Amino acid sequence: MAAPMLRRVGLGRLWGFAWVDGGSGHRRGSPNGSTSSRRREQSSVAQQPLHTAQKPRKGGHKWAAVVGLEIHAQISSNSKLFSGSQVSFMAPPNSLVSFFDASLPGTLPVLNRRCVEAAVMTGLALNCHINKKSLFDRKHYFYSDLPAGYQITQQRLPIAANGSLTYGVFMGNKQSRMATKTVRIRQIQLEQDSGKSLHDDLRSQTLIDLNRAGVGLLEVVLEPDLCCGEEAAAVIKELQLILQALGTSQANMAEGQLRVDANISVHHPGEPLGVRTEVKNLNSIRFLAKAIDHEIQRQINELESGGEILNETRSFDCKLGCTVPMRDKEGKQDYRFMPEPNLPPLVLYDSASLPAGTESQQVINIDQIRDALPELPSATRERLVRRYGMLPEHSFTLLNEVGLLQFFQNVMKETRAEPKKVTSWVLNTLLGYLKHHNLAVSESPVTSSALAELLDLLDSKAISSAAAKQVFEELWKGEAKSAAQVVSEKQLELMQDREALEQLCQSTMEGHPQVVTDMKSGNPRAINKLIGLVRKATLNRADPAEIKDILERLSS
Amino acid sequence: MSARALWLAFRSGLGGRQAFSTKGSGRITVEVIEHLERLALVDFGSREAVARLEKAIAFADRLREVDTDGVEPMESVLEDRCLYLRSDNVAEGNCAEELLQNSRQVVEEYFVAPPGNISLPKLGEQESFQHS
Repeated sequence: MAAPMLRRVGLGRLWGFAWVDGGSGHRRGSPNGSTSSRRREQSSVAQQPLHTAQKPRKGGHKWAAVVGLEIHAQISSNSKLFSGSQVSFMAPPNSLVSFFDASLPGTLPVLNRRCVEAAVMTGLALNCHINKKSLFDRKHYFYSDLPAGYQITQQRLPIAANGSLTYGVFMGNKQSRMATKTVRIRQIQLEQDSGKSLHDDLRSQTLIDLNRAGVGLLEVVLEPDLCCGEEAAAVIKELQLILQALGTSQANMAEGQLRVDANISVHHPGEPLGVRTEVKNLNSIRFLAKAIDHEIQRQINELESGGEILNETRSFDCKLGCTVPMRDKEGKQDYRFMPEPNLPPLVLYDSASLPAGTESQQVINIDQIRDALPELPSATRERLVRRYGMLPEHSFTLLNEVGLLQFFQNVMKETRAEPKKVTSWVLNTLLGYLKHHNLAVSESPVTSSALAELLDLLDSKAISSAAAKQVFEELWKGEAKSAAQVVSEKQLELMQDREALEQLCQSTMEGHPQVVTDMKSGNPRAINKLIGLVRKATLNRADPAEIKDILERLSS
Repeated sequence: MSARALWLAFRSGLGGRQAFSTKGSGRITVEVIEHLERLALVDFGSREAVARLEKAIAFADRLREVDTDGVEPMESVLEDRCLYLRSDNVAEGNCAEELLQNSRQVVEEYFVAPPGNISLPKLGEQESFQHS
């Protein structure tokens, strides 16, 4: 008798376990074979309890989505992968093109050492096995921006394979908890980029700029371990951070340095995988998540209404917020892969296998590269948590925002305040203001020095925390005043004179005898009211905690 | 009638799924020819061309007579050469004018190409296909 299988189903943020009938659906126990009690019968068969975190959709079948990502990252190098022309984002059309890039006859590819190093670094950072021998192939297809009619890539034996990428996903709606997940990396390969086409529909022509043709790309192929847009977004974000930390790619999606294609299919758990579609033209992480979730829903809707999914390529239309079929794709392409006849195998060495007496410029030592790897984002986050005692979620936020970590570290250097206070001010107050005004960290009107000074004042109890917020707001105006200046201008200093404060408390208590009686009889709200009255009397220049202290002492 | 039109008439006369018989092991079907023509944009314009293809395949098939058990397959004739690694310096480019001279049509330093890929017509429509 086949045991029922327990399968994990994930869709969006909801996780649950669903029963899959693994065998012939035998029914044990209840002699009543009605189908409506099938659930109950299965649970009587069960050894484990049934959990569902998801409301069953119509028909009672649950869907699982399978998402695989293919990422192309432009290698950050001075020259192209196989030629000596420059790599640059903005330049006059066709000015960064060599004869080889234009595919003129008689030209040959010459491999750029920096690109190989970048590939090895990325492979090591993603826990891949580096292939000591890798091969180059030609992938043929016709398109105007591919002058040679083929792209040199590494299909048979790529430079790195079988790695993993660990990333964090926020669980729940409040983004308060983080879970760590891993996605497997199938392979990393070096390949050429194509040129750029500008479609001129008016005159029915395409304008071709080959500046980008031949630029080195790292293609990172992930196994289809993901299940929704949110996971994909988290993976891409982490990959961006890793590539930026390594310096192998600037990984800016808006500038086309990082391109992601998603392969999406849906199926019922336990059944074979469904037909997949490929979604392209995703140029920001936000659109990536939206497009994937939308495509998953579209496929579910299509299948539930009896339609079928075509194995096609779709494009995400950000204005419409949906995926549309792409034109110009006729059925399945046959790329006629063949070995690149002009390039011998790429051989890498490690310290053990390094041949003696070879020119160091001509050999690449994997161990040397591994030793020189910079600190990866995951290590940075761990360091922050260990050193400053912050929550993992905070470390993620600090790294995810460009420049925020540097800002935080600058403040820490200049202030005496506790790390927890600094963390809170940077992540809540500063970041909140930045987001509200849609500014980057580099555009913040409050400098790290100003914030450090403010936190020092707060730490030495020269001002209350409510006053500190006021000072921050004033500093935000960017009028080049220091925190101390603002404090003295607005007279926000805490009353340092304890005796005066005591007198104020005394007089307030005398002025409100009823409230004092309430307080003495143990009403907690009464003391808060008194504190409020004293604060008003001091024009908010007294620390509420201190007031409470005095009041309690005076009333005892 | 052009040679091509004759050829098409010949093929359609034979019917869809005729195979061309050869002495060797290859049976090149019409589908394979069409597939190759689309992929590589070559034109098997005549029966002779297909026959030549079959002869080429038969010739290559003779490789199978060699016993290759336990022999590592060769990657390429260059496989025991060292792959030269170039250092990451900018040494080429800046010849837009020269390159654009190769193009029949140019718009403001861009090459001009037709809008996207033009689909090849299906077999039935090929009578009206004009070589440009």
